[in-house]
Amino acid sequence: MTEATGGIDFEEESAGVVKKFMFVNRKAPYGTIYALEGLEVVLISAAFDQDVSLVFLDDGVYQIVKGQHTKAIDVKNFSPTYRALEGYDIEKLYVLKESLEERGLTVDDLLVDVEVLDAAGMARLMAEQDVVLSF
Amino acid sequence: MLHIVNKSPYENRTLENCLRVITHEDGAALLLIEDGVYAATKGNIAENLLKGVMGKIKIYALWPDLEARGMQDRVIDGIKLVDYGGFVDLVAEHRNNQSWL
Amino acid sequence: MKFGILVNEGLYQHQASDTAYQFAKAAIEKGHQVPRVFFYHDGVYNSSRLTEPPQDDRNIVQRWQKLAKEHNIDLVVCVAAALRRGIKDENLAEGFRISGLGQLVEVGIQADRLVVFGD
Repeated sequence: MTEATGGIDFEEESAGVVKKFMFVNRKAPYGTIYALEGLEVVLISAAFDQDVSLVFLDDGVYQIVKGQHTKAIDVKNFSPTYRALEGYDIEKLYVLKESLEERGLTVDDLLVDVEVLDAAGMARLMAEQDVVLSF
Repeated sequence: MLHIVNKSPYENRTLENCLRVITHEDGAALLLIEDGVYAATKGNIAENLLKGVMGKIKIYALWPDLEARGMQDRVIDGIKLVDYGGFVDLVAEHRNNQSWL
Repeated sequence: MKFGILVNEGLYQHQASDTAYQFAKAAIEKGHQVPRVFFYHDGVYNSSRLTEPPQDDRNIVQRWQKLAKEHNIDLVVCVAAALRRGIKDENLAEGFRISGLGQLVEVGIQADRLVVFGD
């Protein structure tokens, strides 16, 4: 038990526990902070050796489109961080097919490699998870 | 999986986008809370959508939120009402849960 | 059963903190444990020492403090989100502590269920 773990005896109670963590991204970037701060949780989760998946649905697909240049709005461009995820061993990125199509997007518009799932595939993936975090 | 929706169906498309996915899941349950409870009321824009999936998905609504909004007498038949204790039970009973925010 | 809770919105602005509180209270009444409530995004505002809501309505900060004290709940506020929004030790309400996002991941691993309340 340490100050850092706030009383939960992490080492003892969680050693070796691997859960399926899914991070659900449904919101566009920049209009709100959820995309950026959500990504910060994903990065921290890399340190815990869990089985992490990221899904992008609905407006969340806009988080990973290419060509984001934020100088004129004077806000940090955090889109390169999605490309850095691979370096953290976070490689399971999924996009909902219907969300891309209804926005006139294809995988070629995206700045990272993703697996495209249809609604049934997404439902299956979600049902398998242990912990689902939404922002 | 227990899916939680807290938005009015008039505010955004969260409910329909949620259903688009979860209707493919065996044993999915939907819990409407906060402004999401408006979807559980007779005559609302999502009524037919919910009635259409009721055979596939168990639908619940948090009655404290319905009552707060004066909607308690307008609940669509087939939607089960729960209190916060029932909400806790639903989370406990389902192996996992997701909030559609 | 152990329930972890994540609160993504500030007090009063959204119902999230209220619903989270009612959920936590109901879980405890049913004999469950709520080891940790993690506050993220604007949720960090739930930890402000300086709130002065009107007397005729619920006091959200005090409610969390009381529940946490009586039932041993760890109320954790994300340091990065807090700093962005000006929540620091000097204006932190008693019973809350500021710590890292690792605490959120940790309760996700440790608890039997994690429930997210947000917008």
